[in-house]
Amino acid sequence: MTDSSALMARRREVHPVAYYEDYKTSVPRSPSLPLLSMESTFSEETGPRFGHGLIGKYDNNLICNYTQGAALAVGERIRVHGRVLDENARPVPNTLIEIWQANAGGRYRHVKDTYFAPLDPNFGGCGRTLTDENGFYEFMTIRPGAYPWPNRGNDWRPMHIHFSIFGHAFGQRLISQMYFQGDPLIDLCPIAATIQKRSQLDRLVAPLDLQNSRGMDYLAYKFDIVLRGSRQTMFENKMEGM
Amino acid sequence: MVQPLDILVETPSQTAGPYVHIGCIPSFAGVDGIYPEDLGLSPIEEGVKGEVITITGSVFDGTGWAMRDAMMESWQADAQGLYPGQEGADPKLSGFCRFAADKDSGEFTLRTIKPGSVTNRGGATMAPHINVMVFARGINIGLHTRIYFEDEDNSQDPLLARIEQRPRVDTLIAKKIGDGSYRFDLRLQGDGETVFLDL
Ligand SMILES: [Fe+3]
Repeated sequence: MTDSSALMARRREVHPVAYYEDYKTSVPRSPSLPLLSMESTFSEETGPRFGHGLIGKYDNNLICNYTQGAALAVGERIRVHGRVLDENARPVPNTLIEIWQANAGGRYRHVKDTYFAPLDPNFGGCGRTLTDENGFYEFMTIRPGAYPWPNRGNDWRPMHIHFSIFGHAFGQRLISQMYFQGDPLIDLCPIAATIQKRSQLDRLVAPLDLQNSRGMDYLAYKFDIVLRGSRQTMFENKMEGM
Repeated sequence: MVQPLDILVETPSQTAGPYVHIGCIPSFAGVDGIYPEDLGLSPIEEGVKGEVITITGSVFDGTGWAMRDAMMESWQADAQGLYPGQEGADPKLSGFCRFAADKDSGEFTLRTIKPGSVTNRGGATMAPHINVMVFARGINIGLHTRIYFEDEDNSQDPLLARIEQRPRVDTLIAKKIGDGSYRFDLRLQGDGETVFLDL
Protein backbone atom coordinates (compact mmCIF):
# COMPACT_ATOMS: atom_id res chain seq x y z
CA MET A 1 0.00 0.00 0.00
CA THR A 2 0.89 3.63 -0.28
CA ASP A 3 2.20 5.64 2.60
CA SER A 4 -0.58 8.01 3.49
CA SER A 5 0.74 11.20 2.00
CA ALA A 6 -0.14 13.03 -1.17
CA LEU A 7 1.93 13.01 -4.34
CA MET A 8 3.94 16.13 -4.99
CA ALA A 9 2.22 18.23 -7.62
CA ARG A 10 3.50 17.47 -11.10
CA ARG A 11 5.94 20.11 -12.33
CA ARG A 12 4.26 20.67 -15.64
CA GLU A 13 7.00 23.06 -16.83
CA VAL A 14 9.48 20.21 -17.21
CA HIS A 15 7.07 18.25 -19.39
CA PRO A 16 6.28 18.79 -23.06
CA VAL A 17 3.62 21.28 -24.02
CA ALA A 18 0.39 19.61 -25.21
CA TYR A 19 0.02 21.78 -28.30
CA TYR A 20 3.03 22.12 -30.57
CA GLU A 21 2.43 23.35 -34.09
CA ASP A 22 5.43 21.58 -35.64
CA TYR A 23 4.19 18.24 -34.30
CA LYS A 24 1.05 18.24 -36.38
CA THR A 25 -0.82 15.42 -34.67
CA SER A 26 -0.65 17.30 -31.37
CA VAL A 27 -2.72 20.12 -32.87
CA PRO A 28 -6.10 18.28 -32.77
CA ARG A 29 -5.14 16.06 -29.84
CA SER A 30 -4.19 18.64 -27.22
CA PRO A 31 -6.77 19.73 -24.65
CA SER A 32 -7.46 23.44 -25.04
CA LEU A 33 -8.86 23.94 -21.54
CA PRO A 34 -6.75 23.87 -18.37
CA LEU A 35 -6.40 20.60 -16.48
CA LEU A 36 -8.34 20.32 -13.23
CA SER A 37 -5.83 20.39 -10.38
CA MET A 38 -6.35 19.06 -6.90
CA GLU A 39 -4.47 17.10 -4.27
CA SER A 40 -4.01 13.44 -5.09
CA THR A 41 -6.34 10.87 -3.50
CA PHE A 42 -6.14 7.13 -2.86
CA SER A 43 -7.15 6.71 -6.50
CA GLU A 44 -3.81 8.13 -7.64
CA GLU A 45 -1.70 7.08 -4.65
CA THR A 46 -2.36 3.38 -5.20
CA GLY A 47 -1.49 1.51 -8.35
CA PRO A 48 -0.99 -1.90 -9.92
CA ARG A 49 1.96 -3.98 -8.74
CA PHE A 50 3.66 -6.66 -10.78
CA GLY A 51 5.79 -9.44 -9.37
CA HIS A 52 8.86 -11.29 -10.57
CA GLY A 53 6.59 -14.14 -11.68
CA LEU A 54 5.54 -11.95 -14.60
CA ILE A 55 8.99 -11.68 -16.10
CA GLY A 56 9.98 -14.50 -18.45
CA LYS A 57 13.51 -15.71 -19.04
CA TYR A 58 14.08 -13.66 -22.21
CA ASP A 59 11.82 -10.67 -21.47
CA ASN A 60 14.74 -8.30 -20.80
CA ASN A 61 16.72 -9.30 -23.87
CA LEU A 62 15.26 -7.87 -27.07
CA ILE A 63 18.15 -9.34 -29.06
CA CYS A 64 16.77 -12.81 -28.64
CA ASN A 65 13.32 -12.66 -27.00
CA TYR A 66 11.38 -12.77 -30.27
CA THR A 67 12.86 -16.17 -31.05
CA GLN A 68 12.99 -17.22 -27.39
CA GLY A 69 16.74 -17.59 -27.64
CA ALA A 70 16.91 -19.43 -30.96
CA ALA A 71 18.45 -16.64 -33.08
CA LEU A 72 19.81 -13.12 -32.69
CA ALA A 73 18.54 -9.82 -34.06
CA VAL A 74 20.67 -7.76 -36.45
CA GLY A 75 22.16 -4.53 -35.13
CA GLU A 76 24.61 -2.90 -32.80
CA ARG A 77 24.39 -4.78 -29.52
CA ILE A 78 23.72 -2.51 -26.54
CA ARG A 79 22.98 -2.79 -22.87
CA VAL A 80 20.77 -0.11 -21.34
CA HIS A 81 20.89 0.30 -17.61
CA GLY A 82 20.02 2.85 -14.97
CA ARG A 83 18.08 3.54 -11.87
CA VAL A 84 14.52 4.55 -11.10
CA LEU A 85 14.24 7.05 -8.25
CA ASP A 86 11.41 9.20 -6.98
CA GLU A 87 11.60 12.95 -6.44
CA ASN A 88 12.72 12.34 -2.86
CA ALA A 89 15.74 10.52 -4.36
CA ARG A 90 14.50 7.23 -2.98
CA PRO A 91 14.91 4.15 -5.19
CA VAL A 92 11.71 2.75 -6.66
CA PRO A 93 12.11 -1.02 -6.19
CA ASN A 94 10.31 -3.82 -8.06
CA THR A 95 8.62 -1.57 -10.54
CA LEU A 96 7.77 -2.64 -14.07
CA ILE A 97 9.54 -1.06 -17.04
CA GLU A 98 8.33 -1.87 -20.55
CA ILE A 99 10.28 -0.89 -23.64
CA TRP A 100 9.55 -0.90 -27.35
CA GLN A 101 11.51 0.25 -30.35
CA ALA A 102 12.21 0.02 -34.07
CA ASN A 103 14.71 -2.49 -35.44
CA ALA A 104 18.22 -1.58 -36.62
CA GLY A 105 16.78 -0.36 -39.93
CA GLY A 106 14.23 1.93 -38.30
CA ARG A 107 11.21 -0.33 -38.91
CA TYR A 108 8.63 -1.29 -36.29
CA ARG A 109 6.94 -4.65 -36.18
CA HIS A 110 3.47 -3.11 -36.23
CA VAL A 111 0.57 -3.53 -38.63
CA LYS A 112 0.55 0.25 -39.15
CA ASP A 113 4.24 0.71 -39.97
CA THR A 114 4.64 0.75 -43.76
CA TYR A 115 8.22 2.06 -43.99
CA PHE A 116 10.10 -0.02 -46.59
CA ALA A 117 13.10 -0.79 -44.38
CA PRO A 118 12.85 -4.56 -43.90
CA LEU A 119 11.57 -6.35 -40.85
CA ASP A 120 14.16 -8.43 -39.03
CA PRO A 121 12.77 -11.96 -38.70
CA ASN A 122 14.55 -12.26 -35.36
CA PHE A 123 13.41 -8.99 -33.80
CA GLY A 124 10.02 -8.28 -32.21
CA GLY A 125 10.76 -4.93 -30.63
CA CYS A 126 9.40 -5.12 -27.10
CA GLY A 127 10.66 -6.21 -23.73
CA ARG A 128 10.17 -5.68 -20.04
CA THR A 129 12.02 -5.85 -16.75
CA LEU A 130 11.58 -5.02 -13.07
CA THR A 131 13.84 -2.76 -11.05
CA ASP A 132 15.68 -4.52 -8.22
CA GLU A 133 15.36 -3.61 -4.55
CA ASN A 134 17.65 -0.60 -5.11
CA GLY A 135 15.81 0.67 -8.16
CA PHE A 136 18.35 -0.62 -10.71
CA TYR A 137 17.30 -2.10 -14.02
CA GLU A 138 18.96 -3.27 -17.22
CA PHE A 139 18.11 -4.84 -20.52
CA MET A 140 19.87 -5.89 -23.70
CA THR A 141 18.80 -4.77 -27.14
CA ILE A 142 20.08 -3.54 -30.48
CA ARG A 143 20.41 0.15 -31.21
CA PRO A 144 17.25 1.18 -33.09
CA GLY A 145 17.61 2.96 -36.42
CA ALA A 146 16.36 6.48 -37.09
CA TYR A 147 13.22 6.53 -39.20
CA PRO A 148 11.26 8.97 -41.35
CA TRP A 149 7.70 9.84 -40.42
CA PRO A 150 4.90 11.75 -42.09
CA ASN A 151 4.76 15.18 -40.45
CA ARG A 152 6.47 17.94 -42.38
CA GLY A 153 8.09 17.00 -45.67
CA ASN A 154 11.29 15.49 -44.33
CA ASP A 155 11.06 14.68 -40.64
CA TRP A 156 13.10 11.91 -39.06
CA ARG A 157 12.87 10.51 -35.57
CA PRO A 158 16.22 10.33 -33.82
CA MET A 159 17.19 6.88 -32.60
CA HIS A 160 15.06 6.24 -29.53
CA ILE A 161 13.66 3.60 -27.21
CA HIS A 162 10.13 4.04 -25.82
CA PHE A 163 9.86 3.55 -22.05
CA SER A 164 6.77 2.87 -19.95
CA ILE A 165 7.25 2.98 -16.17
CA PHE A 166 4.63 2.19 -13.55
CA GLY A 167 6.00 3.27 -10.17
CA HIS A 168 3.84 2.25 -7.23
CA ALA A 169 1.00 4.71 -7.71
CA PHE A 170 -1.25 5.27 -10.72
CA GLY A 171 -0.38 8.97 -10.44
CA GLN A 172 3.30 8.13 -11.02
CA ARG A 173 2.61 6.51 -14.36
CA LEU A 174 5.03 7.77 -17.00
CA ILE A 175 5.68 7.08 -20.67
CA SER A 176 8.74 8.65 -22.25
CA GLN A 177 11.57 8.06 -24.73
CA MET A 178 15.30 7.58 -24.38
CA TYR A 179 17.59 9.20 -26.96
CA PHE A 180 21.24 8.51 -27.68
CA GLN A 181 24.18 10.80 -27.02
CA GLY A 182 25.49 12.49 -30.13
CA ASP A 183 22.53 11.88 -32.42
CA PRO A 184 22.27 14.98 -34.66
CA LEU A 185 18.57 14.29 -35.31
CA ILE A 186 17.59 15.16 -31.73
CA ASP A 187 17.98 18.87 -32.49
CA LEU A 188 15.77 18.58 -35.57
CA CYS A 189 12.93 16.53 -34.11
CA PRO A 190 9.62 18.28 -33.42
CA ILE A 191 8.60 15.57 -30.96
CA ALA A 192 11.76 16.08 -28.89
CA ALA A 193 11.12 19.83 -29.18
CA THR A 194 7.73 19.53 -27.46
CA ILE A 195 9.92 19.67 -24.32
CA GLN A 196 10.67 23.34 -24.44
CA LYS A 197 13.48 23.51 -21.90
CA ARG A 198 16.63 22.13 -23.44
CA SER A 199 17.97 21.20 -20.02
CA GLN A 200 14.94 18.95 -19.54
CA LEU A 201 15.23 17.35 -22.99
CA ASP A 202 18.88 16.62 -22.21
CA ARG A 203 17.70 14.41 -19.35
CA LEU A 204 16.27 12.03 -21.97
CA VAL A 205 19.62 11.68 -23.76
CA ALA A 206 21.48 8.62 -22.52
CA PRO A 207 25.28 8.93 -22.43
CA LEU A 208 27.55 6.23 -23.74
CA ASP A 209 28.86 4.38 -20.69
CA LEU A 210 32.07 2.81 -21.88
CA GLN A 211 33.05 1.62 -18.40
CA ASN A 212 29.99 -0.58 -18.28
CA SER A 213 30.38 -1.79 -21.85
CA ARG A 214 31.89 -5.19 -22.50
CA GLY A 215 34.72 -5.68 -24.97
CA MET A 216 33.88 -7.72 -28.08
CA ASP A 217 30.25 -7.84 -26.95
CA TYR A 218 28.15 -4.70 -26.32
CA LEU A 219 28.19 -0.95 -25.67
CA ALA A 220 26.35 0.35 -22.61
CA TYR A 221 24.14 3.40 -22.27
CA LYS A 222 22.96 4.74 -18.93
CA PHE A 223 19.42 6.05 -18.52
CA ASP A 224 18.18 7.15 -15.10
CA ILE A 225 14.51 7.87 -14.52
CA VAL A 226 12.77 9.97 -11.86
CA LEU A 227 9.12 9.40 -10.97
CA ARG A 228 6.88 11.67 -8.92
CA GLY A 229 7.45 11.49 -5.18
CA SER A 230 5.18 11.77 -2.15
CA ARG A 231 5.17 14.86 -0.02
CA GLN A 232 7.06 14.27 3.19
CA THR A 233 4.93 15.34 6.10
CA MET A 234 4.31 14.44 9.69
CA PHE A 235 1.07 16.41 9.88
CA GLU A 236 -1.46 14.33 8.00
CA ASN A 237 -3.83 14.01 10.97
CA LYS A 238 -5.05 17.59 10.79
CA MET A 239 -8.69 18.48 10.15
CA GLU A 240 -9.77 19.06 6.55
CA GLY A 241 -9.15 22.67 5.58
CA MET A 242 -7.21 23.57 8.72
CA MET B 1 23.33 30.71 -0.55
CA VAL B 2 20.80 28.42 1.09
CA GLN B 3 20.78 24.74 1.84
CA PRO B 4 19.94 22.56 -1.14
CA LEU B 5 16.45 21.02 -1.11
CA ASP B 6 17.64 17.66 -2.42
CA ILE B 7 14.47 17.22 -4.40
CA LEU B 8 14.78 15.63 -7.81
CA VAL B 9 12.59 16.52 -10.76
CA GLU B 10 10.37 14.05 -12.56
CA THR B 11 11.65 12.77 -15.90
CA PRO B 12 9.86 14.57 -18.75
CA SER B 13 7.19 12.66 -20.65
CA GLN B 14 7.20 12.01 -24.40
CA THR B 15 4.39 10.83 -26.60
CA ALA B 16 3.70 7.09 -26.58
CA GLY B 17 3.57 7.35 -30.39
CA PRO B 18 1.62 5.34 -32.97
CA TYR B 19 3.32 2.07 -32.06
CA VAL B 20 2.53 2.11 -28.33
CA HIS B 21 0.75 -1.22 -28.78
CA ILE B 22 4.04 -3.04 -29.46
CA GLY B 23 5.20 -2.27 -25.95
CA CYS B 24 1.91 -2.33 -24.08
CA ILE B 25 -0.48 -4.60 -25.99
CA PRO B 26 1.86 -6.54 -28.30
CA SER B 27 -0.72 -8.94 -29.67
CA PHE B 28 -2.76 -5.94 -30.91
CA ALA B 29 0.27 -4.85 -32.95
CA GLY B 30 0.75 -8.36 -34.32
CA VAL B 31 3.74 -9.12 -32.09
CA ASP B 32 3.07 -12.56 -30.64
CA GLY B 33 5.23 -15.10 -28.91
CA ILE B 34 7.30 -12.94 -26.56
CA TYR B 35 4.89 -12.97 -23.61
CA PRO B 36 2.30 -15.65 -22.82
CA GLU B 37 -0.36 -12.91 -22.91
CA ASP B 38 -0.69 -9.13 -22.94
CA LEU B 39 -0.50 -7.37 -19.59
CA GLY B 40 -3.76 -6.09 -18.12
CA LEU B 41 -6.14 -8.05 -20.36
CA SER B 42 -8.79 -7.90 -17.63
CA PRO B 43 -9.11 -6.11 -14.28
CA ILE B 44 -11.24 -8.92 -12.85
CA GLU B 45 -11.10 -12.68 -12.43
CA GLU B 46 -13.78 -15.32 -12.17
CA GLY B 47 -15.47 -15.01 -8.78
CA VAL B 48 -14.99 -11.26 -8.36
CA LYS B 49 -17.60 -9.57 -6.17
CA GLY B 50 -19.84 -6.89 -7.60
CA GLU B 51 -21.87 -6.07 -10.68
CA VAL B 52 -20.12 -6.87 -13.95
CA ILE B 53 -20.42 -3.95 -16.33
CA THR B 54 -19.29 -3.03 -19.82
CA ILE B 55 -18.22 0.46 -20.79
CA THR B 56 -17.90 1.30 -24.47
CA GLY B 57 -16.82 4.55 -26.05
CA SER B 58 -14.43 6.37 -28.31
CA VAL B 59 -11.74 8.99 -27.97
CA PHE B 60 -12.50 11.88 -30.30
CA ASP B 61 -9.90 14.38 -31.46
CA GLY B 62 -10.61 18.08 -32.01
CA THR B 63 -12.10 17.42 -35.45
CA GLY B 64 -14.63 14.93 -34.09
CA TRP B 65 -12.76 11.92 -35.48
CA ALA B 66 -12.78 8.77 -33.35
CA MET B 67 -9.10 8.00 -32.90
CA ARG B 68 -8.04 4.54 -34.07
CA ASP B 69 -4.72 4.45 -32.27
CA ALA B 70 -5.50 5.39 -28.64
CA MET B 71 -4.31 3.09 -25.85
CA MET B 72 -6.00 3.39 -22.48
CA GLU B 73 -5.37 2.16 -18.98
CA SER B 74 -7.81 1.95 -16.11
CA TRP B 75 -7.30 1.59 -12.37
CA GLN B 76 -10.15 1.09 -9.95
CA ALA B 77 -11.29 -0.04 -6.53
CA ASP B 78 -13.29 -3.19 -5.80
CA ALA B 79 -17.02 -3.34 -5.06
CA GLN B 80 -16.40 -2.22 -1.48
CA GLY B 81 -14.27 0.73 -2.56
CA LEU B 82 -10.92 -0.80 -1.64
CA TYR B 83 -7.91 -0.69 -3.91
CA PRO B 84 -5.77 -3.79 -4.44
CA GLY B 85 -3.13 -3.77 -1.75
CA GLN B 86 -5.48 -2.23 0.82
CA GLU B 87 -6.46 -4.52 3.64
CA GLY B 88 -9.55 -6.60 2.89
CA ALA B 89 -9.53 -5.83 -0.85
CA ASP B 90 -11.11 -8.42 -3.18
CA PRO B 91 -8.30 -10.78 -4.30
CA LYS B 92 -10.17 -11.42 -7.56
CA LEU B 93 -9.75 -7.83 -8.70
CA SER B 94 -6.40 -6.70 -10.09
CA GLY B 95 -7.98 -3.30 -10.72
CA PHE B 96 -5.79 -2.62 -13.77
CA CYS B 97 -6.82 -2.94 -17.40
CA ARG B 98 -5.40 -1.97 -20.76
CA PHE B 99 -7.60 -1.58 -23.78
CA ALA B 100 -7.23 0.01 -27.18
CA ALA B 101 -9.46 1.80 -29.63
CA ASP B 102 -10.43 -0.59 -32.41
CA LYS B 103 -8.30 -0.22 -35.56
CA ASP B 104 -11.36 0.09 -37.78
CA SER B 105 -14.13 1.67 -35.70
CA GLY B 106 -12.18 3.54 -33.02
CA GLU B 107 -14.39 2.04 -30.33
CA PHE B 108 -13.04 0.65 -27.06
CA THR B 109 -14.63 -1.71 -24.56
CA LEU B 110 -13.82 -2.05 -20.88
CA ARG B 111 -15.37 -5.02 -19.10
CA THR B 112 -15.07 -4.80 -15.34
CA ILE B 113 -17.14 -4.48 -12.18
CA LYS B 114 -18.72 -1.33 -10.84
CA PRO B 115 -16.40 -0.03 -8.10
CA GLY B 116 -17.71 1.05 -4.70
CA SER B 117 -17.34 4.53 -3.24
CA VAL B 118 -13.84 5.18 -1.97
CA THR B 119 -13.18 6.77 1.39
CA ASN B 120 -10.14 8.94 0.99
CA ARG B 121 -7.44 9.93 3.45
CA GLY B 122 -9.11 12.52 5.68
CA GLY B 123 -12.46 10.68 5.53
CA ALA B 124 -14.07 12.29 2.48
CA THR B 125 -16.05 9.91 0.28
CA MET B 126 -15.60 9.81 -3.46
CA ALA B 127 -18.46 8.56 -5.64
CA PRO B 128 -17.74 5.29 -7.52
CA HIS B 129 -15.31 5.99 -10.32
CA ILE B 130 -12.70 4.39 -12.56
CA ASN B 131 -9.41 6.19 -13.14
CA VAL B 132 -8.34 6.34 -16.76
CA MET B 133 -5.23 7.37 -18.63
CA VAL B 134 -5.14 7.94 -22.37
CA PHE B 135 -1.99 7.54 -24.44
CA ALA B 136 -1.58 8.06 -28.18
CA ARG B 137 0.44 9.66 -30.91
CA GLY B 138 0.03 13.43 -30.57
CA ILE B 139 -0.57 13.23 -26.81
CA ASN B 140 2.70 14.46 -25.35
CA ILE B 141 1.91 13.56 -21.76
CA GLY B 142 -0.66 10.92 -20.83
CA LEU B 143 -4.09 12.34 -20.07
CA HIS B 144 -5.67 11.42 -16.77
CA THR B 145 -9.42 11.42 -16.23
CA ARG B 146 -12.18 9.55 -14.38
CA ILE B 147 -15.32 7.68 -15.34
CA TYR B 148 -18.26 8.23 -12.96
CA PHE B 149 -21.71 6.65 -13.41
CA GLU B 150 -25.01 8.38 -14.06
CA ASP B 151 -26.94 5.91 -11.88
CA GLU B 152 -24.87 6.71 -8.78
CA ASP B 153 -25.15 9.63 -6.38
CA ASN B 154 -22.38 11.94 -7.55
CA SER B 155 -23.60 15.00 -5.65
CA GLN B 156 -21.04 14.82 -2.83
CA ASP B 157 -18.00 13.89 -4.86
CA PRO B 158 -15.10 16.24 -4.02
CA LEU B 159 -13.53 16.12 -7.47
CA LEU B 160 -16.75 16.73 -9.38
CA ALA B 161 -17.58 19.55 -6.93
CA ARG B 162 -14.40 21.30 -7.97
CA ILE B 163 -15.49 21.69 -11.58
CA GLU B 164 -16.62 25.28 -11.82
CA GLN B 165 -18.53 25.04 -15.10
CA ARG B 166 -21.31 22.60 -14.13
CA PRO B 167 -22.06 21.35 -17.67
CA ARG B 168 -18.50 20.04 -17.83
CA VAL B 169 -19.26 17.58 -15.02
CA ASP B 170 -21.21 15.56 -17.59
CA THR B 171 -18.01 14.84 -19.50
CA LEU B 172 -16.93 12.56 -16.63
CA ILE B 173 -20.20 10.65 -16.30
CA ALA B 174 -20.87 7.40 -18.15
CA LYS B 175 -24.40 7.13 -19.56
CA LYS B 176 -26.36 4.02 -18.84
CA ILE B 177 -27.40 2.42 -22.15
CA GLY B 178 -28.68 -0.91 -20.89
CA ASP B 179 -28.50 -3.45 -18.14
CA GLY B 180 -24.92 -3.29 -16.92
CA SER B 181 -23.78 -1.35 -19.95
CA TYR B 182 -22.56 2.21 -20.16
CA ARG B 183 -21.31 4.62 -22.78
CA PHE B 184 -18.35 6.91 -22.10
CA ASP B 185 -16.84 9.06 -24.84
CA LEU B 186 -13.78 11.23 -24.44
CA ARG B 187 -13.24 14.45 -26.34
CA LEU B 188 -9.69 15.73 -26.33
CA GLN B 189 -10.49 19.20 -27.54
CA GLY B 190 -13.26 21.60 -28.43
CA ASP B 191 -17.02 21.23 -27.85
CA GLY B 192 -17.67 18.98 -24.88
CA GLU B 193 -13.97 18.68 -24.08
CA THR B 194 -13.45 16.07 -21.37
CA VAL B 195 -12.19 17.35 -18.02
CA PHE B 196 -8.61 16.11 -17.71
CA LEU B 197 -6.93 15.98 -14.36
CA ASP B 198 -3.70 17.11 -12.78
CA LEU B 199 -3.48 15.38 -9.42
FE1 LIG C 1 9.10 5.53 -32.03
